[in-house]
Amino acid sequence: MRITVNGTTHELDVPASRTLAELLRTDLDLTGTKESCAVGVCGACTVLVAGRIVASCITLAAQAADANIVTVEGLASEDRLHPLQQSFIDHGGFQCGICTPGQLVAAKALLDQNSTPTEDDIREWMSGNLCRCTGYYQIVESIAAAAAAAVLGD
Amino acid sequence: MRDFAFHSPATLTEAFELLDQHGDDARLIAGGTAVVLLMKQALLQPDHLISLDRVDALRGMQLADGELHIGALTRHREVETSELVREHASLLAEVYGQVASVRIRNAATVGGGLAHADPAQDPPAALIALGARVRLDSRESTREVPVDELFRDYYEAAIEPGEILAEVIVPVPDPNSRSVYLKFLPRTQDDYATIAVAVNGTTEGGLCHSVRVALVAAGPTPVRATEVERHLVGQAITVDTIRSAAEAVADQVDPLDDFRGSATYKRDMAVVFTRRALAQVFEVDIS
Repeated sequence: MRITVNGTTHELDVPASRTLAELLRTDLDLTGTKESCAVGVCGACTVLVAGRIVASCITLAAQAADANIVTVEGLASEDRLHPLQQSFIDHGGFQCGICTPGQLVAAKALLDQNSTPTEDDIREWMSGNLCRCTGYYQIVESIAAAAAAAVLGD
Repeated sequence: MRDFAFHSPATLTEAFELLDQHGDDARLIAGGTAVVLLMKQALLQPDHLISLDRVDALRGMQLADGELHIGALTRHREVETSELVREHASLLAEVYGQVASVRIRNAATVGGGLAHADPAQDPPAALIALGARVRLDSRESTREVPVDELFRDYYEAAIEPGEILAEVIVPVPDPNSRSVYLKFLPRTQDDYATIAVAVNGTTEGGLCHSVRVALVAAGPTPVRATEVERHLVGQAITVDTIRSAAEAVADQVDPLDDFRGSATYKRDMAVVFTRRALAQVFEVDIS
Protein backbone atom coordinates (compact mmCIF):
# COMPACT_ATOMS: atom_id res chain seq x y z
CA MET A 1 0.00 0.00 0.00
CA ARG A 2 0.97 3.62 -0.42
CA ILE A 3 0.58 6.13 2.38
CA THR A 4 1.74 9.71 2.83
CA VAL A 5 2.71 10.68 6.36
CA ASN A 6 3.90 14.17 7.25
CA GLY A 7 4.64 14.85 3.61
CA THR A 8 6.68 11.70 2.92
CA THR A 9 5.16 8.96 0.76
CA HIS A 10 5.89 5.36 1.75
CA GLU A 11 5.30 2.13 -0.17
CA LEU A 12 4.65 -0.62 2.34
CA ASP A 13 3.71 -4.27 2.24
CA VAL A 14 1.70 -4.86 5.40
CA PRO A 15 -1.12 -7.23 6.38
CA ALA A 16 -4.67 -5.92 5.90
CA SER A 17 -5.20 -6.25 9.65
CA ARG A 18 -2.63 -3.52 10.40
CA THR A 19 -4.26 -0.58 12.14
CA LEU A 20 -3.09 2.90 11.28
CA ALA A 21 -1.67 3.32 14.80
CA GLU A 22 0.35 0.10 14.46
CA LEU A 23 1.59 1.08 11.02
CA LEU A 24 2.77 4.46 12.25
CA ARG A 25 4.51 3.09 15.32
CA THR A 26 5.85 -0.25 14.04
CA ASP A 27 6.44 0.16 10.34
CA LEU A 28 7.33 3.84 10.23
CA ASP A 29 8.85 4.18 13.70
CA LEU A 30 6.71 7.25 14.39
CA THR A 31 6.17 6.48 18.05
CA GLY A 32 4.79 9.91 18.96
CA THR A 33 1.30 8.56 18.31
CA LYS A 34 0.26 6.56 21.39
CA GLU A 35 -2.22 3.73 21.68
CA SER A 36 -3.82 3.88 25.10
CA CYS A 37 -7.44 2.73 25.42
CA ALA A 38 -7.29 0.94 22.03
CA VAL A 39 -11.06 1.34 21.57
CA GLY A 40 -11.32 4.85 20.11
CA VAL A 41 -12.34 6.60 23.30
CA CYS A 42 -9.28 8.25 24.88
CA GLY A 43 -7.84 10.30 22.03
CA ALA A 44 -4.16 9.44 22.60
CA CYS A 45 -3.89 7.98 19.08
CA THR A 46 -5.45 11.00 17.33
CA VAL A 47 -3.97 11.76 13.91
CA LEU A 48 -5.18 13.76 10.92
CA VAL A 49 -6.38 11.85 7.87
CA ALA A 50 -7.11 14.20 4.98
CA GLY A 51 -7.33 17.03 7.52
CA ARG A 52 -9.82 15.28 9.80
CA ILE A 53 -8.99 13.96 13.25
CA VAL A 54 -9.53 10.22 13.56
CA ALA A 55 -8.73 7.51 16.09
CA SER A 56 -5.82 5.68 14.45
CA CYS A 57 -6.29 2.71 16.81
CA ILE A 58 -9.63 1.80 15.21
CA THR A 59 -8.74 2.84 11.67
CA LEU A 60 -7.23 0.24 9.38
CA ALA A 61 -4.10 1.40 7.61
CA ALA A 62 -5.80 0.23 4.41
CA GLN A 63 -8.60 2.73 5.02
CA ALA A 64 -6.05 5.55 5.04
CA ALA A 65 -4.26 4.43 1.87
CA ASP A 66 -3.56 7.31 -0.52
CA ALA A 67 -4.62 9.88 2.08
CA ASN A 68 -2.36 12.50 3.64
CA ILE A 69 -1.68 11.69 7.28
CA VAL A 70 -0.35 14.16 9.83
CA THR A 71 1.01 12.92 13.15
CA VAL A 72 2.47 14.85 16.08
CA GLU A 73 5.89 14.47 14.43
CA GLY A 74 4.58 16.56 11.56
CA LEU A 75 3.73 19.62 13.64
CA ALA A 76 7.15 21.17 14.27
CA SER A 77 9.31 22.54 11.49
CA GLU A 78 13.01 21.66 11.45
CA ASP A 79 14.15 24.29 13.88
CA ARG A 80 10.99 25.47 15.50
CA LEU A 81 8.21 23.94 17.56
CA HIS A 82 4.64 24.39 16.39
CA PRO A 83 3.03 27.33 18.28
CA LEU A 84 0.74 24.84 20.04
CA GLN A 85 3.71 22.78 21.23
CA GLN A 86 5.41 25.92 22.55
CA SER A 87 2.18 27.00 24.21
CA PHE A 88 1.75 23.61 25.92
CA ILE A 89 5.29 24.07 27.33
CA ASP A 90 4.69 27.69 28.36
CA HIS A 91 1.36 26.96 30.05
CA GLY A 92 2.09 23.55 31.56
CA GLY A 93 -0.34 21.80 29.23
CA PHE A 94 1.00 18.35 30.05
CA GLN A 95 2.05 16.29 33.02
CA CYS A 96 2.95 12.65 32.26
CA GLY A 97 2.74 13.39 28.53
CA ILE A 98 1.07 10.24 27.23
CA CYS A 99 -2.06 12.05 26.03
CA THR A 100 -0.12 15.07 24.74
CA PRO A 101 0.49 14.00 21.11
CA GLY A 102 -3.25 13.38 20.70
CA GLN A 103 -4.11 16.63 22.46
CA LEU A 104 -1.76 18.57 20.14
CA VAL A 105 -3.06 17.00 16.95
CA ALA A 106 -6.70 17.49 17.99
CA ALA A 107 -5.97 21.11 18.97
CA LYS A 108 -4.27 21.75 15.64
CA ALA A 109 -7.36 20.48 13.81
CA LEU A 110 -9.54 22.80 15.89
CA LEU A 111 -7.41 25.88 15.13
CA ASP A 112 -7.20 24.92 11.45
CA GLN A 113 -10.96 25.27 11.16
CA ASN A 114 -11.65 27.86 13.87
CA SER A 115 -8.83 30.30 14.52
CA THR A 116 -10.71 32.14 17.28
CA PRO A 117 -12.33 29.43 19.42
CA THR A 118 -14.10 30.36 22.64
CA GLU A 119 -13.30 28.41 25.79
CA ASP A 120 -16.55 26.47 25.24
CA ASP A 121 -15.50 25.64 21.67
CA ILE A 122 -12.19 24.32 22.99
CA ARG A 123 -13.82 22.26 25.74
CA GLU A 124 -16.41 20.82 23.37
CA TRP A 125 -13.85 19.94 20.68
CA MET A 126 -11.31 18.50 23.12
CA SER A 127 -13.86 16.51 25.14
CA GLY A 128 -12.80 13.35 23.29
CA ASN A 129 -9.18 13.65 24.48
CA LEU A 130 -8.75 12.30 27.97
CA CYS A 131 -5.95 13.29 30.37
CA ARG A 132 -5.61 10.84 33.25
CA CYS A 133 -3.46 13.39 35.10
CA THR A 134 -6.58 15.61 34.81
CA GLY A 135 -4.61 18.65 33.68
CA TYR A 136 -7.52 20.01 31.70
CA TYR A 137 -7.37 23.66 32.80
CA GLN A 138 -3.82 24.01 31.53
CA ILE A 139 -4.63 22.18 28.30
CA VAL A 140 -7.49 24.59 27.59
CA GLU A 141 -5.26 27.53 28.56
CA SER A 142 -2.48 26.33 26.28
CA ILE A 143 -4.81 26.08 23.29
CA ALA A 144 -6.50 29.42 23.99
CA ALA A 145 -3.12 31.12 24.33
CA ALA A 146 -1.84 29.62 21.08
CA ALA A 147 -4.99 30.79 19.29
CA ALA A 148 -4.71 34.29 20.75
CA ALA A 149 -1.02 34.53 19.82
CA ALA A 150 -1.77 33.42 16.25
CA VAL A 151 -4.47 36.07 15.93
CA LEU A 152 -2.04 38.72 17.18
CA GLY A 153 0.41 37.52 14.55
CA ASP A 154 2.91 36.58 17.23
CA MET B 1 -6.49 -9.02 14.93
CA ARG B 2 -6.79 -12.05 12.63
CA ASP B 3 -5.74 -11.28 9.07
CA PHE B 4 -8.18 -11.02 6.18
CA ALA B 5 -8.40 -9.84 2.58
CA PHE B 6 -9.27 -6.17 2.13
CA HIS B 7 -11.33 -5.28 -0.93
CA SER B 8 -11.96 -1.77 -2.14
CA PRO B 9 -14.57 -1.82 -4.92
CA ALA B 10 -15.17 1.41 -6.83
CA THR B 11 -18.80 0.73 -7.75
CA LEU B 12 -21.89 -0.82 -6.21
CA THR B 13 -21.87 -3.47 -8.93
CA GLU B 14 -18.38 -4.57 -7.87
CA ALA B 15 -19.44 -4.51 -4.23
CA PHE B 16 -22.46 -6.74 -4.93
CA GLU B 17 -20.21 -9.15 -6.86
CA LEU B 18 -17.82 -9.40 -3.93
CA LEU B 19 -20.71 -9.95 -1.52
CA ASP B 20 -22.05 -12.65 -3.78
CA GLN B 21 -18.67 -14.30 -4.14
CA HIS B 22 -17.74 -14.36 -0.46
CA GLY B 23 -21.14 -14.65 1.21
CA ASP B 24 -20.97 -15.16 4.96
CA ASP B 25 -17.18 -14.87 4.94
CA ALA B 26 -17.41 -11.19 4.06
CA ARG B 27 -18.35 -8.07 5.99
CA LEU B 28 -18.89 -4.56 4.73
CA ILE B 29 -16.91 -1.70 6.24
CA ALA B 30 -17.53 2.04 5.89
CA GLY B 31 -16.01 4.31 8.57
CA GLY B 32 -14.91 1.28 10.54
CA THR B 33 -15.48 2.70 14.03
CA ALA B 34 -17.67 -0.32 14.88
CA VAL B 35 -16.26 -3.04 12.60
CA VAL B 36 -12.58 -2.48 13.44
CA LEU B 37 -13.40 -2.38 17.14
CA LEU B 38 -15.31 -5.67 16.93
CA MET B 39 -12.47 -7.23 14.94
CA LYS B 40 -9.85 -6.09 17.44
CA GLN B 41 -11.89 -7.74 20.16
CA ALA B 42 -12.26 -10.91 18.04
CA LEU B 43 -16.04 -10.57 18.17
CA LEU B 44 -16.00 -10.41 14.39
CA GLN B 45 -13.50 -12.38 12.29
CA PRO B 46 -14.36 -12.06 8.61
CA ASP B 47 -12.08 -13.52 5.94
CA HIS B 48 -12.98 -10.71 3.61
CA LEU B 49 -13.58 -7.06 4.38
CA ILE B 50 -15.30 -5.07 1.65
CA SER B 51 -14.72 -1.34 2.02
CA LEU B 52 -17.42 0.88 0.54
CA ASP B 53 -15.28 3.99 0.88
CA ARG B 54 -14.64 4.40 -2.87
CA VAL B 55 -18.28 3.86 -3.90
CA ASP B 56 -19.18 7.47 -4.64
CA ALA B 57 -22.78 6.56 -5.47
CA LEU B 58 -23.29 6.20 -1.71
CA ARG B 59 -22.16 9.77 -0.96
CA GLY B 60 -23.87 13.11 -0.90
CA MET B 61 -26.88 14.84 0.58
CA GLN B 62 -29.70 16.41 -1.35
CA LEU B 63 -33.24 17.69 -1.05
CA ALA B 64 -35.79 16.23 -3.50
CA ASP B 65 -39.59 16.38 -3.34
CA GLY B 66 -39.66 17.50 0.27
CA GLU B 67 -37.31 14.77 1.45
CA LEU B 68 -33.67 14.81 2.46
CA HIS B 69 -31.64 12.04 0.85
CA ILE B 70 -28.52 11.27 2.85
CA GLY B 71 -26.05 8.88 1.24
CA ALA B 72 -24.99 5.97 3.41
CA LEU B 73 -21.32 7.02 3.38
CA THR B 74 -22.10 10.49 4.76
CA ARG B 75 -20.13 10.92 7.96
CA HIS B 76 -21.86 11.89 11.20
CA ARG B 77 -19.85 15.10 11.28
CA GLU B 78 -21.05 16.00 7.79
CA VAL B 79 -24.70 15.67 8.86
CA GLU B 80 -23.98 17.70 11.99
CA THR B 81 -22.40 20.58 10.06
CA SER B 82 -24.50 20.47 6.88
CA GLU B 83 -26.30 23.73 6.11
CA LEU B 84 -28.90 21.76 4.16
CA VAL B 85 -29.69 19.53 7.15
CA ARG B 86 -29.64 22.43 9.61
CA GLU B 87 -32.09 24.34 7.49
CA HIS B 88 -34.55 21.51 6.80
CA ALA B 89 -34.20 19.07 9.69
CA SER B 90 -32.23 20.74 12.46
CA LEU B 91 -33.05 17.92 14.88
CA LEU B 92 -30.91 15.57 12.78
CA ALA B 93 -27.91 17.90 12.79
CA GLU B 94 -28.26 18.29 16.54
CA VAL B 95 -28.55 14.56 17.22
CA TYR B 96 -25.74 13.46 14.90
CA GLY B 97 -23.64 16.08 16.71
CA GLN B 98 -24.22 14.31 20.01
CA VAL B 99 -22.66 11.01 18.99
CA ALA B 100 -19.39 10.20 20.82
CA SER B 101 -16.59 12.68 19.97
CA VAL B 102 -15.59 14.70 16.90
CA ARG B 103 -12.95 12.08 16.17
CA ILE B 104 -15.56 9.33 15.93
CA ARG B 105 -18.08 11.53 14.08
CA ASN B 106 -15.36 12.24 11.48
CA ALA B 107 -15.22 8.54 10.61
CA ALA B 108 -18.57 6.94 11.51
CA THR B 109 -21.06 6.97 8.64
CA VAL B 110 -24.84 7.27 8.62
CA GLY B 111 -25.32 3.92 6.89
CA GLY B 112 -22.68 2.13 8.92
CA GLY B 113 -24.21 3.29 12.19
CA LEU B 114 -27.66 2.03 11.22
CA ALA B 115 -26.34 -1.29 9.90
CA HIS B 116 -24.41 -1.77 13.15
CA ALA B 117 -27.78 -1.55 14.99
CA ASP B 118 -26.35 -0.62 18.35
CA PRO B 119 -29.51 0.14 20.37
CA ALA B 120 -27.80 2.88 22.38
CA GLN B 121 -26.83 5.07 19.43
CA ASP B 122 -28.50 8.47 19.18
CA PRO B 123 -29.45 8.84 15.48
CA PRO B 124 -32.26 6.24 15.27
CA ALA B 125 -34.27 8.21 17.85
CA ALA B 126 -34.29 11.29 15.66
CA LEU B 127 -34.77 9.33 12.44
CA ILE B 128 -37.78 7.45 13.84
CA ALA B 129 -39.28 10.65 15.28
CA LEU B 130 -39.01 12.24 11.83
CA GLY B 131 -40.47 9.21 10.04
CA ALA B 132 -37.30 8.40 8.10
CA ARG B 133 -36.70 5.26 6.07
CA VAL B 134 -33.69 3.58 4.52
CA ARG B 135 -33.15 2.32 1.01
CA LEU B 136 -31.66 -1.14 0.77
CA ASP B 137 -30.17 -2.06 -2.59
CA SER B 138 -29.25 -5.51 -3.80
CA ARG B 139 -28.07 -6.76 -7.15
CA GLU B 140 -31.58 -7.50 -8.35
CA SER B 141 -33.81 -5.11 -6.48
CA THR B 142 -34.23 -2.18 -4.19
CA ARG B 143 -36.61 -1.70 -1.27
CA GLU B 144 -37.33 0.82 1.44
CA VAL B 145 -37.75 0.10 5.13
CA PRO B 146 -38.96 2.57 7.77
CA VAL B 147 -36.24 3.10 10.37
CA ASP B 148 -38.63 1.96 13.11
CA GLU B 149 -38.79 -1.44 11.38
CA LEU B 150 -35.08 -1.72 10.64
CA PHE B 151 -33.93 -3.22 13.92
CA ARG B 152 -34.50 -6.84 14.93
CA ASP B 153 -32.40 -7.27 18.03
CA TYR B 154 -29.15 -6.17 19.68
CA TYR B 155 -26.75 -5.35 16.85
CA GLU B 156 -29.05 -6.94 14.29
CA ALA B 157 -30.60 -4.92 11.48
CA ALA B 158 -33.18 -6.27 9.05
CA ILE B 159 -30.70 -6.15 6.17
CA GLU B 160 -30.65 -9.33 4.10
CA PRO B 161 -27.50 -11.03 2.77
CA GLY B 162 -26.52 -9.33 -0.46
CA GLU B 163 -28.15 -6.03 0.48
CA ILE B 164 -26.37 -2.73 1.03
CA LEU B 165 -27.89 0.16 2.92
CA ALA B 166 -27.64 2.84 0.25
CA GLU B 167 -29.29 5.93 1.70
CA VAL B 168 -31.45 7.36 4.44
CA ILE B 169 -34.52 9.31 3.35
CA VAL B 170 -35.90 11.85 5.79
CA PRO B 171 -39.18 13.66 5.08
CA VAL B 172 -38.65 17.33 5.86
CA PRO B 173 -40.67 17.92 9.03
CA ASP B 174 -43.75 20.14 8.93
CA PRO B 175 -42.43 23.68 9.49
CA ASN B 176 -45.06 24.10 12.21
CA SER B 177 -43.82 21.04 14.07
CA ARG B 178 -41.45 21.16 17.00
CA SER B 179 -38.74 18.62 17.72
CA VAL B 180 -36.59 17.81 20.69
CA TYR B 181 -33.97 15.24 21.65
CA LEU B 182 -33.25 14.72 25.32
CA LYS B 183 -30.23 12.59 26.18
CA PHE B 184 -29.75 11.64 29.82
CA LEU B 185 -25.98 11.71 30.27
CA PRO B 186 -25.07 11.49 33.94
CA ARG B 187 -21.45 10.45 33.34
CA THR B 188 -19.41 12.01 30.56
CA GLN B 189 -20.23 13.98 27.45
CA ASP B 190 -19.09 11.31 25.02
CA ASP B 191 -20.82 8.42 26.82
CA TYR B 192 -23.82 6.52 25.57
CA ALA B 193 -27.10 7.72 27.03
CA THR B 194 -28.61 6.17 30.13
CA ILE B 195 -31.86 6.79 28.28
CA ALA B 196 -32.68 9.16 25.42
CA VAL B 197 -35.87 10.26 23.71
CA ALA B 198 -36.76 12.18 20.56
CA VAL B 199 -40.16 13.74 19.90
CA ASN B 200 -41.61 15.52 16.88
CA GLY B 201 -45.14 16.90 17.10
CA THR B 202 -47.67 19.41 15.85
CA THR B 203 -50.74 20.98 17.43
CA GLU B 204 -53.92 22.37 15.92
CA GLY B 205 -56.39 24.41 17.93
CA GLY B 206 -54.98 23.22 21.26
CA LEU B 207 -55.15 19.58 20.25
CA CYS B 208 -52.27 17.26 19.48
CA HIS B 209 -52.45 16.89 15.72
CA SER B 210 -49.50 14.55 15.23
CA VAL B 211 -46.69 13.15 17.31
CA ARG B 212 -43.88 10.65 16.95
CA VAL B 213 -41.89 9.48 19.96
CA ALA B 214 -38.76 7.33 19.85
CA LEU B 215 -36.29 6.15 22.47
CA VAL B 216 -32.79 4.69 22.36
CA ALA B 217 -30.71 3.00 25.05
CA ALA B 218 -34.10 1.66 26.10
CA GLY B 219 -33.96 -2.01 25.09
CA PRO B 220 -32.58 -4.43 22.51
CA THR B 221 -33.55 -2.08 19.67
CA PRO B 222 -34.50 1.57 19.30
CA VAL B 223 -38.15 1.89 20.29
CA ARG B 224 -40.99 3.79 18.70
CA ALA B 225 -43.35 4.57 21.59
CA THR B 226 -46.62 4.02 19.74
CA GLU B 227 -48.67 3.83 22.96
CA VAL B 228 -47.47 7.28 23.99
CA GLU B 229 -48.42 8.56 20.55
CA ARG B 230 -51.89 6.94 20.78
CA HIS B 231 -52.51 8.62 24.14
CA LEU B 232 -51.90 12.02 22.61
CA VAL B 233 -53.17 12.24 19.04
CA GLY B 234 -56.46 14.15 18.92
CA GLN B 235 -56.32 15.00 22.62
CA ALA B 236 -56.23 18.43 24.20
CA ILE B 237 -52.71 19.32 25.28
CA THR B 238 -52.76 19.65 29.06
CA VAL B 239 -50.42 18.82 31.90
CA ASP B 240 -52.56 15.76 32.61
CA THR B 241 -52.58 14.37 29.06
CA ILE B 242 -48.81 14.79 28.85
CA ARG B 243 -48.27 13.11 32.20
CA SER B 244 -50.49 10.14 31.41
CA ALA B 245 -49.08 9.77 27.89
CA ALA B 246 -45.54 9.70 29.28
CA GLU B 247 -46.51 6.98 31.78
CA ALA B 248 -47.36 4.74 28.82
CA VAL B 249 -43.69 4.58 27.82
CA ALA B 250 -42.90 2.37 30.82
CA ASP B 251 -44.47 -0.67 29.12
CA GLN B 252 -42.82 0.04 25.80
CA VAL B 253 -39.18 0.01 26.91
CA ASP B 254 -37.13 -3.01 27.94
CA PRO B 255 -33.87 -1.61 29.30
CA LEU B 256 -30.89 -3.63 30.57
CA ASP B 257 -29.23 -3.41 33.96
CA ASP B 258 -25.74 -2.01 33.46
CA PHE B 259 -23.33 0.49 34.97
CA ARG B 260 -25.46 3.33 33.61
CA GLY B 261 -28.33 2.25 35.85
CA SER B 262 -30.66 -0.61 36.71
CA ALA B 263 -33.46 -1.57 34.36
CA THR B 264 -35.99 -0.21 36.89
CA TYR B 265 -34.19 3.11 37.14
CA LYS B 266 -33.92 3.44 33.36
CA ARG B 267 -37.63 2.64 32.97
CA ASP B 268 -38.44 5.39 35.48
CA MET B 269 -36.12 7.78 33.66
CA ALA B 270 -37.76 6.88 30.34
CA VAL B 271 -41.04 8.20 31.78
CA VAL B 272 -39.38 11.33 33.18
CA PHE B 273 -37.51 12.20 29.99
CA THR B 274 -40.47 11.40 27.74
CA ARG B 275 -42.60 13.74 29.88
CA ARG B 276 -40.00 16.50 29.65
CA ALA B 277 -39.61 16.04 25.89
CA LEU B 278 -43.37 16.15 25.32
CA ALA B 279 -43.66 19.23 27.51
CA GLN B 280 -41.01 21.00 25.44
CA VAL B 281 -42.50 20.03 22.10
CA PHE B 282 -46.03 21.04 23.13
CA GLU B 283 -44.87 24.03 25.14
CA VAL B 284 -46.52 23.02 28.38
CA ASP B 285 -45.12 23.97 31.78
CA ILE B 286 -45.09 20.75 33.82
CA SER B 287 -42.81 21.94 36.61
